Amino acid sequence: MKEDKTQPKRVGLFVTCLVDLFRPTVGFAAVKLLEEAGCTVEVPMAQTCCGQPAYNSGDREDAAAIARQTIEAFEEFDYVVAPSGSCAGMLKKHYPSLLKGTPHEARAEAFSGRVHELVSFLVDVLGVRQVPARHEGSVTYHDSCSGLRELGIQQQPRALLSSVEGLELKEMQNSDVCCGFGGTFCVKYPDISNKIVEEKTASIEGAGADTLLAGDLGCLMNMAGKLHRQGSRVEVRHVAEVLAGMTDKPAIGGGGR
Amino acid sequence: MEIQSPQFKQKARKAIADEQLQRAMGKAKIGFVGKRKKAVDALPEFDDLRSSARAIKDHTLEHLDLYLEAYERKVIASGGRVHWAETAEDARQAVLDICRAAGARTVTKGKSMITEEIALNDFLEKEGVRPVETDLGEYIIQLRGEHPSHIIGPALHLNKEQVEEDFRRVHTELPSGRDLSQPESLLGEARQILRPQYFQADVGITGANFLVAETGTSIIVTNEGNGDLTQTLPRVHIVVASIEKVVPTLEDASQILRVLARSATGQDMSVYTTLSTGPRRPDDPDGPDEYHVILLDNGRSSMLGTEFHEMLRCIRCGACMNHCPVYHAVGGHAYGWVYPGPMGSVLTPSLVGVDKAGHLPNASTFCGRCESVCPMQIPLPRMMRNWREREFERGLNPAAQRFGLGFWAFFARRPGLYRLATSMAIPTLSGLAGRRRWFRSLPFAGGWTRHRDLPAPESRTFMQQWRDRETLKQGGTSA
Repeated sequence: MKEDKTQPKRVGLFVTCLVDLFRPTVGFAAVKLLEEAGCTVEVPMAQTCCGQPAYNSGDREDAAAIARQTIEAFEEFDYVVAPSGSCAGMLKKHYPSLLKGTPHEARAEAFSGRVHELVSFLVDVLGVRQVPARHEGSVTYHDSCSGLRELGIQQQPRALLSSVEGLELKEMQNSDVCCGFGGTFCVKYPDISNKIVEEKTASIEGAGADTLLAGDLGCLMNMAGKLHRQGSRVEVRHVAEVLAGMTDKPAIGGGGR
Repeated sequence: MEIQSPQFKQKARKAIADEQLQRAMGKAKIGFVGKRKKAVDALPEFDDLRSSARAIKDHTLEHLDLYLEAYERKVIASGGRVHWAETAEDARQAVLDICRAAGARTVTKGKSMITEEIALNDFLEKEGVRPVETDLGEYIIQLRGEHPSHIIGPALHLNKEQVEEDFRRVHTELPSGRDLSQPESLLGEARQILRPQYFQADVGITGANFLVAETGTSIIVTNEGNGDLTQTLPRVHIVVASIEKVVPTLEDASQILRVLARSATGQDMSVYTTLSTGPRRPDDPDGPDEYHVILLDNGRSSMLGTEFHEMLRCIRCGACMNHCPVYHAVGGHAYGWVYPGPMGSVLTPSLVGVDKAGHLPNASTFCGRCESVCPMQIPLPRMMRNWREREFERGLNPAAQRFGLGFWAFFARRPGLYRLATSMAIPTLSGLAGRRRWFRSLPFAGGWTRHRDLPAPESRTFMQQWRDRETLKQGGTSA
């Protein structure tokens, strides 16, 4: 895609409900990264959640209402960017099928074309190759499912992480296997979810890194919560925090033990 | 087979606590995933083959009636008979009638999920006909009185020590000091026991991986050769297959074969790919005197044209369950009926009703790994969601869940109110956490905190902080 270099790009930030409520730091990291890459960032107040809890529970009516509301709130922007593969996947891949055959169909299609997950937006659309960040220590990266399989996010975060000064990436085994979060799944089937996240935390510990990173706060809270319950010393952060050089803030849950 | 899917949660919990099962699953998942990956990586055109396999089935399903009738004509022309069975009951009865007419006391069986679906073994036994499973895995679980836990590895839930114990318990005629410590010695012993059964059997029953309309041929793929002996040695061969197994031509079947074994076991081809067309002809060296095909519908035709239509592309390779974190965690029996894993979570509600199998499409994280490896590109997560939609429409999900969802949706659809509520609740919750910043338990969050801690919200919401920042930018003049 040929980009117009003269006009700054207007980005509407879809904060995601978990970042809004639990970890605003990720939102500010996203803003910093986007502004450093030359975008102007705005945050429409008419956003709430992407609607996945309803959509994945079979409640199409509420999901469609939330989809329409989100599309309308972000219609004026060149791009819609979310610091989450799961929520970006919902906006990009599922809104069009959810609103198919309704008066919003064409708008959902047009909207879909402007939606991106944060890190892949930086790399694939803006052509960012390195970030001016520094992080002393080793990290391991979990590939969250929706970002990986719906949006093809895998090499982009690793490419940017490799540009962070002082950072060493230690890959875990099976980084592409689900962490067991699954949205409402983790509270509807807690025992199964627990079994899956136990496998994941074993992989994380096996990597021997100080910090766990991923691009989705839901997965991160799940893994962080399990690591903390197990007494692990591994710190957990959203990848945007490291890329934005904001690791002076406490990790999820205030750090390790 | 009794449908135990409503007890999915209890069965899953038991499975997670079952150390033997967990040991077996741990080994299985590493094996299947690695072998498939190696086979796929070695074939650069694999994704194109998937697309072409999918196109073949899509085309066939569009004209299913035509191809089934063409297939029937060819079977009859080659001297065989076709029995149309609308229900499991019809299919069982058709098998029994053939066995009775043949005066059969013993039938040998090749591995077949369709005969599991119609619960054939129990029925035949009750009617005085002894079924003998000849696939090693099926033989083992028949000894144990169990059902398959995996569609291509029926005894996947077992460790070899358990099998050794079963063999010593049942094969009492063999010397007790024999060495059964290796898988090969177990296989050898099963072969030794099964070999005479093929000659005793009056009828051999197999499933089919494909039915070929062009020639009236049924095709099975196996690794042990037991299928060949089952369908050539007894006097009567019965093929039990469901209607979506038909493909137009031999060329089509061989196209799909290229993705089948690679997806299933990581082999380029299974060891045996066996084609059978009609009964023995006068100049054939061997083969059965009678050749019957029982074509089972059992609810499949009612999936055509619905959002579950694409499920009928499934070729039963098992790749979806081999890559499913939920299947890995709980094993196949927890699903409570014949078909486990992602394909079962879509197919079981179609065949037995979503009121009974409602848990299955819900017990998925939607990680999408199943769809990404499915050789027929079946959108399994999408169809699981479609089942959830049907459940929601019919009010089948628990009241507490519906209430919670309704409460949340009320706010999520009203951004102003949502902002107000969260800007009060979140700082409060953050404050409650105190200096520890973690909750070990929290009212209404037991599903979460039973197994993990919950990190406290940082402080105020992003939106609150963002508004402050914007106000500050504008000179801090407005409130």
